[in-house]
Amino acid sequence: MSENIVSVNNLSVSFDYQENFLSKKQKIKAVNNINIKIKKGSFFGLVGESGSGKTTLGRAILGANKISQGNVIFHDDQRDYDLTSISSKEMKEYRKKAQLIFQDPYAALSPRMTVRDIIAEPLEVMRITSSREETDARVRDIAAKCRLNLEHLRRFPHAFSGGQRQRISIARALVSNPKFIVADESVAALDVSIQADILNLLKQLQHELNLTYLFISHDLSVVAHVCDIVAVMYLGHIVEMAPSRELFANPKHPYTKALLSSIPSIDPENKSKAIELEGEIPSAMNPPSGCVFRTRCPHASADGKEGNIEMGLVEVEPDHWVDRCGVNCG
Amino acid sequence: MSHLLEINNLDVKFDTDEGRITAIDNVSLTLDQGKVLGIVGESGSGKSVTAKSIMQLNPGNTIYNDNAEIIIDDENVLKFRSKHDLKKIRGGKVSMIFQEPMASFAPAIKIGSQMVEQLMLHKPLDKKEARNISIDMLNRVGIADAEKRFNQYAFELSGGMRQRAMIAMALSTMPKLLLADEPTTALDVTIQAQVINLMKDIIKEFNMGVIFITHDLGVIAQVADDVAVMYLGSVVEQGPVNEILKNPMHPYTKGLINALPDINNLDAPLTPIPGNIPSPLDRPAGCVFRTRCPHASQDGKESKVKMGLVEVKPGHWLDRCGVDCGNK
Repeated sequence: MSENIVSVNNLSVSFDYQENFLSKKQKIKAVNNINIKIKKGSFFGLVGESGSGKTTLGRAILGANKISQGNVIFHDDQRDYDLTSISSKEMKEYRKKAQLIFQDPYAALSPRMTVRDIIAEPLEVMRITSSREETDARVRDIAAKCRLNLEHLRRFPHAFSGGQRQRISIARALVSNPKFIVADESVAALDVSIQADILNLLKQLQHELNLTYLFISHDLSVVAHVCDIVAVMYLGHIVEMAPSRELFANPKHPYTKALLSSIPSIDPENKSKAIELEGEIPSAMNPPSGCVFRTRCPHASADGKEGNIEMGLVEVEPDHWVDRCGVNCG
Repeated sequence: MSHLLEINNLDVKFDTDEGRITAIDNVSLTLDQGKVLGIVGESGSGKSVTAKSIMQLNPGNTIYNDNAEIIIDDENVLKFRSKHDLKKIRGGKVSMIFQEPMASFAPAIKIGSQMVEQLMLHKPLDKKEARNISIDMLNRVGIADAEKRFNQYAFELSGGMRQRAMIAMALSTMPKLLLADEPTTALDVTIQAQVINLMKDIIKEFNMGVIFITHDLGVIAQVADDVAVMYLGSVVEQGPVNEILKNPMHPYTKGLINALPDINNLDAPLTPIPGNIPSPLDRPAGCVFRTRCPHASQDGKESKVKMGLVEVKPGHWLDRCGVDCGNK
């Protein structure tokens, strides 16, 4: 039995793009040659700015995006699921084991269904329960774990605030008893006073239900607090990956350093020292050759030699992986 | 010395199908030239409504109280009704930057035409002069190749670039007062850092007053001189940013700071503020924060407290109810 729950090997995901019906079809590589192993029971963080490919990676692991190259393997207790060669029957099995929590709790819940029906829907669609009593029992059980009152179950989503709605979304994702959860920006739409509550709930459920998370976020301080291991993405590549504490105490890649320094400090006397990056994230349609970060890198050389470096992670310290180009310039 | 902006006893209510909602309850604020006042609060706290009241941009079902005053240059702008008067506060003396720059530019009109149009409304300029000023402004906010951008549409610009263009447009009429409503919220952190630095430079250069609205205490700490913390339509604590963030006294301000994940202290537990933000339809009577306050008493006596700011230290204002419970 493997100690990992998900292995991602040389994964690339590309999308077809056509500017108009006369122009040639282009391929956009949203995720490029990714290798990660997610340990059972871990809280795996994926950070990056918009357009870095973090959502695409999360969706590919759930089988919601087509895999262009490489493979994704989900290690269940009895057997492995290889998502590149999975049959539709196996896919139905896999859906029970891997679930997704969305970003916007206002958009994710149907306004016409009661909370009970929203949470029960996965059980009915996946034919997990056989009777209404059984369904109700499971719904009540998971609702209680997500700190929803039983009287809430009869109401409609409009009666709830953002934090409560996110608890309903979590209950729905967990009702099929999954082992692996992708949480895609699941606290980004919440107010800070509520955000901490949802993060604590996710942590608590992880221990109670033996869950493994892939936690996707753009907010480094949140990721630093909840995740055990963090991968930083930029333009479809992982540029640095390390245990959370190591990464935040000892960042090596210039992009990670810039990201960390960009978080505005709550201490008014601590003004400053944001490493300001020039320009913006380049378009994925036309990524820089070689090191994808070189167009914004403060250490890029004048002769453009970074354009010839092939990207790839190197282990600089135990479990601390940095992109080859970032090792030197850091 | 008279203030650049003075808001006195502002109440704002909205008439809705479900009844009359109190959005702002007795808010008074002042702002001087060259200063940045940060307004911080969660969704529904009334920070945007406060700013929009200054330009009378709230929707038609808005009811202001009769004794409220918003004074700019000795005039109560809240009483402005004629088009001629309103023009003075909408883009003339006062400009606004919004959160979502894609939604603020008309999608089918070139950026340049929009800038020129509003500039000619407010200043006696011909088209050529307006064009030159606009391009100069785009250059000043750090847009490379400004002449080319001038002739592009909003969708051709990236998020950070759009926000820069928005800032350029807001500043081109040389307003005395700039209202920035969550100007960096939709941006990535590295772009947010760029825009914050840009705004700091511009505030200094133009020496105007700025109301900076955000839910992010970190951003407030970096840009503001003074800060007002709002909760459910009331200001609960107010003062110099250094004092408020280092020495918070109201349980809500303390709660907000504790709920924030601190990257420099990963061992600190995340402490949420218990409960949910009440719906504005059933705004708690008395102290609005009492339903979530850790110090609220069993007998509910806080529901009889009348809210109002008290000066607890020079410059540090605190809601009356928070004075007692802050000491606990």
